[in-house]
Amino acid sequence: MQIDARPATGGTILDIIGDIDLAHSPAMRKALLQEIREKKTPKVFLNLEKVRYIDSSGIASLVEGLKASRDQGSRLILYGLSKTVREVMELSRLQKIFEIHDSEAQALAS
Amino acid sequence: MAAREFTRYGSNLRRVMAKYFGCHGAWNMALSPRRATGTQRSSHTNLAGTGVRVRGGRVSKNRAKGRGKTQSKLEMLLKLELQSNPEALCLVRATVERAAEVMHFQDSETRAIVRSVDEALANVIRHAYGGRPGHPIEMSCYKMPGGEQKSAQGGIEILLADKGVPAKPERLKGRALDEIRPGGLGLHFIRQSMDEVEFSRKKGKNLLRMVKYLTPTSFAAHQKENGKCR
Repeated sequence: MQIDARPATGGTILDIIGDIDLAHSPAMRKALLQEIREKKTPKVFLNLEKVRYIDSSGIASLVEGLKASRDQGSRLILYGLSKTVREVMELSRLQKIFEIHDSEAQALAS
Repeated sequence: MAAREFTRYGSNLRRVMAKYFGCHGAWNMALSPRRATGTQRSSHTNLAGTGVRVRGGRVSKNRAKGRGKTQSKLEMLLKLELQSNPEALCLVRATVERAAEVMHFQDSETRAIVRSVDEALANVIRHAYGGRPGHPIEMSCYKMPGGEQKSAQGGIEILLADKGVPAKPERLKGRALDEIRPGGLGLHFIRQSMDEVEFSRKKGKNLLRMVKYLTPTSFAAHQKENGKCR
């Protein structure tokens, strides 16, 4: 899995490439929490367009990120979810808890 | 016939694995086929550096089902011997995905099977072995015949076995989804995704049996393409 950060309007975009599973979710969790807690970025956009698979440990990392962003008063915004990722979100009944957009343009305009 | 298809698939395993390893060039693959005599025919794929051994082939056996009153003829599709290494999960997902495709499960069913196997293995690694790598896990996939009361169209049975600490009964219940907190979702995903899920412990091993039945739509596609390997 690869994680790249780039600046965006009012925050940072984290581009995630690859599978978010037990082997790789700790790296995503670390990047996400660093952005939210240490850098105190007001808006963190998580680009999941190139994520083919996410497991429960990946979902747990996203939930941790969401809680951290609420504690900081910032926003965690997800976009570009594949069918597989959407299915897992629905299974965990978290699709309404997260702020989710279809595209980067929609996410940035939100 | 599915076993024959999968035997053909076994010969294509190198291509599938090469695709996988092509994405993760740090691992090497060595293919070492071994053919048994008689009615059994199998090939082994040893994946150097991962501790994963793959056996695909035609191995039929009668195995007692349920409480032992009924005998069900199951055909082995695949057997994996892997170690409790999270890096191996990606490889297992690719293999199980192809097995489900060969059995003509629909895309959503295939994703459900892959998700369940991945979550079950992750649970073994995290809980049974406490996150310690290098411990053995066995995974066997069988083709279930159709025509039975529960499975008119047949399906796939997946068995996982590990020698880790016994699973705590309270852990096997999962948790309420109303709570928004990290963790505890894996078992929920498995139960939502598979038709049957059974935990047991025998002879010092944790055993997990998962079954997914083919739907009539999937079965029709299977019959139409019987004998072909996609």
